[in-house]
Amino acid sequence: MLLIHCPYCEEDRSELEFRWAGEAHIARPENIAAITDEEFAEYFFLRNNEKGLTYERWRHIHGCGRFFNAARDTVSDRFLMTYKAGLPKQPIPTAEETAAIAEEKTVETWEATEGDAR
Amino acid sequence: MADLGTATRALPLAGFHGGSSTVRLEAAPPAERISLRVRAEDVAALSGALGVDLPVKPKTSASANGRTALWLGPDEWLMIDESGTGIGNGLMQAAQNSGALHSAADVSHRNTAILVSGTGADKAINAGCPQDLSLKEFPVGACSRTIFGKVEIVLLRTAEDAFRVEVWRSFSDYAFGLLSEGARDAAVGK
Repeated sequence: MLLIHCPYCEEDRSELEFRWAGEAHIARPENIAAITDEEFAEYFFLRNNEKGLTYERWRHIHGCGRFFNAARDTVSDRFLMTYKAGLPKQPIPTAEETAAIAEEKTVETWEATEGDAR
Repeated sequence: MADLGTATRALPLAGFHGGSSTVRLEAAPPAERISLRVRAEDVAALSGALGVDLPVKPKTSASANGRTALWLGPDEWLMIDESGTGIGNGLMQAAQNSGALHSAADVSHRNTAILVSGTGADKAINAGCPQDLSLKEFPVGACSRTIFGKVEIVLLRTAEDAFRVEVWRSFSDYAFGLLSEGARDAAVGK
């Protein structure tokens, strides 16, 4: 079970309570009636879909109901951090901090401790 | 041929009962409920009008005079009033009397509740709920909106071995069924 930290509930909760809500930090153009079709398409339809570190919106829909932002590695599916909606893009934790988080969250699986893959 | 035109309202789970040797399942009596949304600056006014201090700490609830306020989100509460014999509009009226800006929706008939009690109550709920229900993480009085199998519930711990499961009425049949399965498993794994 993947646990996601909700910054409003201040607790790790099961991924079952959450919904993904697209890329984060996409600002709506202030002069949206004046921009060209290409600029509108860029804002409205086009997403970076990056491999690796991405900033995403998530919603704790079966919990507090709040949207929040998360930095997630799309390769390892590891959440590097979560923070409240409305905050500017937060700096990613350093490698040592990430390692510390990983250390803390490592779950001993049967495969790792008992299985042939040891 | 008297009273043919008088409809009596039946609870969605009226007559349901179940459980196992360690878990007891029963339908809760009717209660009045409102879904309440209040901004932080108006919480005090609503608390005064409702007679319960709305909790502002995540996963907590507060009770007074038969009314319980459950924290659901930073500006969202579920109020349950079990003091009356029938379902009136006391909570809606009290919220209105506060004079403060708020949103209140009467959900008395949208929700129904299942009372889960017994030494295996937490195990029965964990059959479909991913939350840690140990006393350390989920003490008496703790509450949370969460997921139970395929449906959303609001869970409230009323005692060390008793929970109130608030569920939408159209999902209540499913919730009761899954709780019955969980209750049976809890007794087996004892």
